[in-house]
Formats: sequence, C-alpha cells, structure tokens
Amino acid sequence: MLKDILITPFADMIAAPDFLMQVLWEGLVSGILYALIALGFVLIFRSSRIFNFAQGIMVVFAALTLVGLYELGVPAWVSVILTLVVMFILAVSIEKIVLRPLVGQPDIILFMATIGITLFLIGFGEIIFGGENKIMITSELGIPTDSWVLEPFGGLLILEQKDVTAVAVAAMLVAGLLVFLNKTRMGRAIRALGDDHQAALSVGISLQTIWVLVWFIAGIIALVTGIAWGARAGVSFALEVIAYKALPVLMLGGLESITGAIIGGLMIGMLEKLFEIYWGQPLLGGNTETWFAFVLALIVLLFRPQGLFGEKIIERV
Amino acid sequence: MLYRTAGQFKTSYIKDQALFPVRQDAILLMIILAFAWVIMPLTASEFTFQTLLIPILIYSLAAMGLNILTGFAGQLSLGTGAFMGVGAYACYKMITIIPEMNPVVAILLSGFFSAGIGVVFGIPSLRIKGFYLAIATLAAQFFLVWLFEKWAWLYNYNASGAIQVPNMDMFGITVGGPRAESITQYYVVLAIVSLLTVLCINLTRGNLGRTWKATRDMDIAAELIGINLMKSKLTAFAVSSYVIGVAGALFVFMWRGAAEPNLFDIPLSFRVLFIAIIGGLGSVMGNYLGAILIVGLPVVLNTVPEAIGLDIKSATVEHLNIMIVGSLIIFFLIIEPHGLARLWALIREKLIIWPFPH
Repeated sequence: MLKDILITPFADMIAAPDFLMQVLWEGLVSGILYALIALGFVLIFRSSRIFNFAQGIMVVFAALTLVGLYELGVPAWVSVILTLVVMFILAVSIEKIVLRPLVGQPDIILFMATIGITLFLIGFGEIIFGGENKIMITSELGIPTDSWVLEPFGGLLILEQKDVTAVAVAAMLVAGLLVFLNKTRMGRAIRALGDDHQAALSVGISLQTIWVLVWFIAGIIALVTGIAWGARAGVSFALEVIAYKALPVLMLGGLESITGAIIGGLMIGMLEKLFEIYWGQPLLGGNTETWFAFVLALIVLLFRPQGLFGEKIIERV
Repeated sequence: MLYRTAGQFKTSYIKDQALFPVRQDAILLMIILAFAWVIMPLTASEFTFQTLLIPILIYSLAAMGLNILTGFAGQLSLGTGAFMGVGAYACYKMITIIPEMNPVVAILLSGFFSAGIGVVFGIPSLRIKGFYLAIATLAAQFFLVWLFEKWAWLYNYNASGAIQVPNMDMFGITVGGPRAESITQYYVVLAIVSLLTVLCINLTRGNLGRTWKATRDMDIAAELIGINLMKSKLTAFAVSSYVIGVAGALFVFMWRGAAEPNLFDIPLSFRVLFIAIIGGLGSVMGNYLGAILIVGLPVVLNTVPEAIGLDIKSATVEHLNIMIVGSLIIFFLIIEPHGLARLWALIREKLIIWPFPH
C-alpha cells in the first residue's frame, strides 16, 4: 500500500517522461484557464471587496452570446465586438441595479447578491440560448486547430495549437492588465479604490465609473476564457463548474493578488492533473479533480491564512 | 391596538426572561402551532404535503443549522449540502445494519455523525476567516460528495449507487419508505423540527449562544474578554452540523425516499444559504419565513402560467423560475439586507405604537 503511494507513481513518471510532460501540459492549459477566471475575481475583489461569484457564469454567458450571435449570421469578428458590447451593458446594469443600492452592506450580502446574479444569468441564458451544448467558433475566429506532435525522449507529445494560442493570449492579457493597472490613470484609480474607498473618493475618483470599468474588464476576461475553454470542451452551462475551480486558486494565491491568481492557477492546474493520473485513478477510483484543489488550498491555508501572495491580515480591536 | 404591550407588567425575572415575554407573541405562536399541528394536516392534500409542508419544514431546519454557524457564530459555510448528505447516509447505514431500530431515534442519532465530521472540517476555522473559510468549507462539500459516490460501502454496494429508503415501522405505524403516508411523515418531521427549534432558541439565548454572538461580532475582542474561541467555534460547528445532519436524514427518509450523491451537491448548499440569508441571519424565525419563500415560490410560479392560460414549455417555466428566484434574491437583499425576520420586527414595532406614528 505504502509502495503504491510513495514509489510506484514516481517510478511511472520516470518510466514514461513523455506521458508525464503531456500530463503537465494538459494541467498547464487548464491551469491558465483557472487563473484567468481567478483574475476576474481578483480584479473585482480588489476594487470593491465583492466576492464575485458570478464570474463563472459570466464566462458561460459571454461564450454563449458569441456563439449565439454567430449562429444568427453575424460575422465572427463582429460578434466578438458585439459580445463585448453586451458585456459592457451587463457591467453597467449590474452596477446600476444591484451594486449601487447595496453599497456599504456587509460582504456576505454582496456575495449573496452575486449568487443572485448567477441564478438570473443561468435562467436568462437558458431561455435565450437554450441549454444544449454548442460548439465554439474556433476556426472562424482564426484560431488554428491542428496540433504539433513532438517527440521528446523518443516518446510522443501532442500540443494542440488552440491550447498554445490560449496560453499565448492569456499571457498577453495578463501582461496588458498589469500594464493597465500599474501605468495608466484608470488602473491607478482602481488600485487606489482597492486600498481605501474613502481616501479614493475624497481625491475625486468616481466609485461608479471604476466599478463599471472593473466589471467590464472582468467581462472581457470572461469572454477570453469562454473562447479558450469553449474550444476545448464546447459551450454549455456545464462550463460553470470551472468557476468553482477558480475558488481554490484564489485561496491558494490570495484574494487580492494578481500574481497569486496566476501562480495559484498554474499550480492547481498541474498538481490536480498529476494527482488524478498518478494517484487518483489507480488508488482512489478517479474523479479526484473535483476536490483535490480545495483540499490542497485548505492545507496551504492552514499554514498561511491569507494565501501564498495575499495581503497580510492585520487585525485590530 | 392589536399589538399594544402597555399594561403587561413583569413582576419577576423569570417572567422577564420568558421565551415570549409579550403576550401577543405567545398568542400568535399558539395560532401558528395550532395551524401546523391540527388545521393543516386535516385540510392539506397529498400534493400540498409533498411539495409544500414537508419540504418547508425540512429546509427551515437545515437553514436553522446553517444559521447557528453563519448567523450566530459568524462562520460562513458553503458546505451545508454535504453535511446533510452525511446525516442521510449515516441514517441509511444505521437503518440497514439494524433494521429493527426506531426510525426517529436513528434520524436523531445520525446528526451526531455529521456533527463529528463538521467539527473536523471546522478545525481550519481557527486559523482561516471570512471568505477564505467559506471556500475552505467548499473542500468539505466537494470531498464528501465525491466520497458518497466512490465509497460503495455507504450505499451497500447498490448497482445504482443510490440509497433507497426501506419501509420503516414505529409502534406499528409505517413512517418511512414507499408504504408510508404523507400525514404520518408530516407529523414525524413536525415533531422533530419543533423539538430542535425549541432547543435552538434556548441554546442561542443561553451562555453558549452569547459566546457565539461575541465571536461573530469580533473574535479578537471576544478572545480578550476570556472567551475560548476554539470552544466557541467548534461547538458552533458541532451544533450546526448536528441540526443540518438531522435535516439531511429527514430530507431523504421523510421526503425524497431515495437519494443519489449529486442530490447533495452545491445547489442544495446554496438553496439553504439563500433561505438563511433571505430569512435573516441571526434569527430563528427567519428560517421559516425564508423557507416558505424559497420553497413556496417555485410551486406558485409553476402554477401561474396554467392559471392564466399561457402555454409555455415546462423547461422554459423552470428557467424562468431560476431567473425570477435570482432577481427576487437581489430584490430582497436590496429592500432588507437583514432578511425577512427584520422586516417582521419592523412591522411588529409599528404595530405596537399603531395608530400613532411615534
């Protein structure tokens, strides 16, 4: 038994390094997507202390809108722009209808409100787009769908080009976001608001504009995630499940940290794949991916209650 | 006029500390109890029992369990569904191992199993706070549901992977399983729910409840005045999980009749959380109000299109329901973030001084 846990998995890894690399690559790609969703969470949490549960459904909603528009006969790139418009309208209406009346309420109330938004979007989306699985318009958007076959160590490693594209786009998005947050006026305003609401308000930063902006950026991130994930697994409400995956990523990385979200996402993506393949399937009957990330995050949190990169929690009486 | 408290003097401390110091409250409660115990069972149809009365009671109990943890002790939990599952599976194992066991005793005992698991998953709460803790409880949620699916011993190696409630007799009356009548099940549920409600009201008023409230309001301050945080948080997890576990056992044994692991998945947790929050955190009565709203609303909504003669597909109705429930949650949060219980408290306040505005 101990041998199965401690030795056999590692022996397997060494025996088939190409398979190990394949597993790690798969993990990396899903990790990137977790990180993207977590990024949406972090942005909103930093600027408004709202734990936005609706980020996952925003991914689904964006992807569905895109595919739905394309099916109506709108050219692919025009649908992307129209989807962005829809996400902007969504951001404005969420701010106007839901958040503004709830300013200053306890965190848990705002959290519940985002769950309310989630339910609303699920119902709304299913009525408009139907519940069935849709195929993402990958090639129409100019994303290559071939795959590269590499042969490291005399083995076989398959890299799908759409995954590579997803990784590249995600990296660009993150870089762009970092530049935006650190170098532009708006970005600085977002960070200022995150640091101290009242101080930010008193120097003339508009809370409402920033909130709309932040939710819109979260919407853009949602669209990118939706395209990337939809290309892998199709677009349906089952995608919502990946939103839950972003939660342990947040815990691991810290609720306020963009770096944390990315590193946490990659770690969880790869570790959960490794665990599933080498420990979960042979020893535990598989499907461990549903909980592994949470348990991992829980263990890390026991040692660092604010996550790996979160702001240190200082409590005063 | 109706709610005037003038003239009701309390001449002893015992009277002042009574559960219902205001006479009108006691009368109102009597009326509600009379309805619940006598009038409803006499008049309700099979449909009402199965879609409204029984589920409302069970959901209120589950919400009350969660409310103890979240509303009174301030520890946000998203793992309610899984703890209900622990109660249900524990009850199932007890009933199948000892078939002659009294079902009510089995249901009450099954809460202890979920209490134990609840304490284990509550240990991180000593280090982790706020949303981090909420996500940590999701670990319990996903892990336990996975366990229900993979650990075949739990469902007696059924091919279906589901648990099926056998016929259970108590004093010669069938109370559970396919042969049981709704009215008997209703009374069993009502009895257990009433018992636990009285227990919870008293617990939250007593020493333990005050410790919980202090922990909720500011745990560092509570620690400084000499409250043992570990004891306070872990007892909250234990009591809360006990109540939730009993609710879970009732959920399967007195209502659903059968359960698959995914029944206890995260939507169930959220449903209970909605009830607790819409009803009002930190209130016992709120759970009932919340459950009436959240359980009753879809039932009402389902009958509306038929009643006004609209022909909508049932799938669309379901999606519309989700949408409406979502918007109502937001609506209620906006009009009264402290829940329906606060709304009632405000109404009561107004009634006391009515017809004068001040």
